[in-house]
Amino acid sequence: MNALWASMGPQLWPAFWTTLKLTFFSAIGAFAWGIILAGLRVSPAPIMRIFGTWYVNLIRNTPLTLIILFCSVGLYQNLGIALAPENSNFIKNNNFWLSVLGFSLYTATFVCETLRSGFNTVPLGQAEAARSLGLSFTRVLSLIVLPQAIRSVLAPMGSVLIALVKNTSIASAIGVAEAALLMRSEIELFADQILWIFLIIAAGYMVITLTIGLTFGYFAKRLAVKR
Amino acid sequence: MTGSATVMYDAPGPKARALHRIIAVAFAVVVGSVAAWIIWTLVANEQLTAEKWSPFLRLNTWTTYILPGLFGTISAAALSIVFALALGAMLGIGRLSEHRTVRWISSALVEFFRAIPVLILMVFSYYLYGQQAVFPSEYLAFTAVVTGLSLYNGSVIAEILRSGIQSLPKGQSEAAVALGMRKSQMMRLILLPQSIAAMLPALISQMVIALKDSALGYAFGYIEVVRSGIRSASYYGNYLPALVVVAVIMIVINFALSSLATTVERQLREGWRKKSLGKDLRQDYGE
Repeated sequence: MNALWASMGPQLWPAFWTTLKLTFFSAIGAFAWGIILAGLRVSPAPIMRIFGTWYVNLIRNTPLTLIILFCSVGLYQNLGIALAPENSNFIKNNNFWLSVLGFSLYTATFVCETLRSGFNTVPLGQAEAARSLGLSFTRVLSLIVLPQAIRSVLAPMGSVLIALVKNTSIASAIGVAEAALLMRSEIELFADQILWIFLIIAAGYMVITLTIGLTFGYFAKRLAVKR
Repeated sequence: MTGSATVMYDAPGPKARALHRIIAVAFAVVVGSVAAWIIWTLVANEQLTAEKWSPFLRLNTWTTYILPGLFGTISAAALSIVFALALGAMLGIGRLSEHRTVRWISSALVEFFRAIPVLILMVFSYYLYGQQAVFPSEYLAFTAVVTGLSLYNGSVIAEILRSGIQSLPKGQSEAAVALGMRKSQMMRLILLPQSIAAMLPALISQMVIALKDSALGYAFGYIEVVRSGIRSASYYGNYLPALVVVAVIMIVINFALSSLATTVERQLREGWRKKSLGKDLRQDYGE
């Protein structure tokens, strides 16, 4: 146990820091792309709706492992699309950003669906009343629809974020040095202490996911729209 | 959507319709040019040549690689859903138990398995089984995938079952108590049959999640559809086409299952409109 801790302890924070960075950048990407997709899916132009629907149905039915491999093997190794500057850390950085791209593309579909169902919780009468008061499109959206939609979206958005944190473990398949990869390399070194290694890594993930769950749950409850 | 008002947009007048047309054309131009750029990049990298795609026209590509992989994916997912149902029923009912210890243990297990990545569950069971020599080595990866999927999906099903039972009208259990039923009778004869029907769509979409997650076995060499696609690709030297073919197979299966779940959901909802049943219990946040 002491030898294990001496080897694992110092690497624990860097590994989980990578997990957090993966989550952070992927969440930003997924959120931005997800808002655009949600906009497309509720847009008045049929072609935009069709594109949004197709994208969401195609991507969210694909295994995430395959999407990550596609970013690594397909985009980089076969098409030569690199996402990091050429320097000594190129392979490391490139795999990191390729997996961020994969997570963003995938998670955006769930952000989009969550936002869309959030809009659907706002009763049509709310928008009609706002329009009959003479509010413009942007004011209806920013004063009436969004404040209600965002509140009802908070709890499921927390679940999407938790799923993203857990999904970042898949980046270990293309060699990003995050927590799941640390677990495997430690198991190779300390094959007799698998349970401890598992429990330590699991505890790290639980700290992250439970914190997100409790925070989002607290705000979702506090800001809930009473209907 | 055109013509009628929605929460987002008022019913469009002539001006708005003209604007929508312009936006639609601009959008089509953008999408079209991105698609053209993708195709051009693929052609420039010689990814669209006949030799890259023709292996998928040969029968032995399918019988040697793709179909065994697909079987690996489907068998792991199907078996784990069966185990997950049993585990989920146990944990779900455990969380509703009147004994504090049972409730506490079930809740702790459910929260634990839901809070950690399925991948590390699988990696853990893979090395554990290997070390303890529980299963023959050729089944090691398979049992690890099934274990990980069963534990995770079991916890999710436990939560679905719990919220299914809790969303039943209170009159149901009150009536059962009034008739003098025991708790086990009430659960078995009144609550479970109704909530299991309500759970059907959620169970089908959980199958989609299990199918997708069985690809996690890729990380430790389980022969599922992604791994078999990569293996065929390293033989023929066509990684991109192989990934596309595997993706299409998975999308078709999963999309069919998702649509089935939605249809069942709608039918249940229509059948139960007058009762207060039919809450959507599906939980898919992109696991």
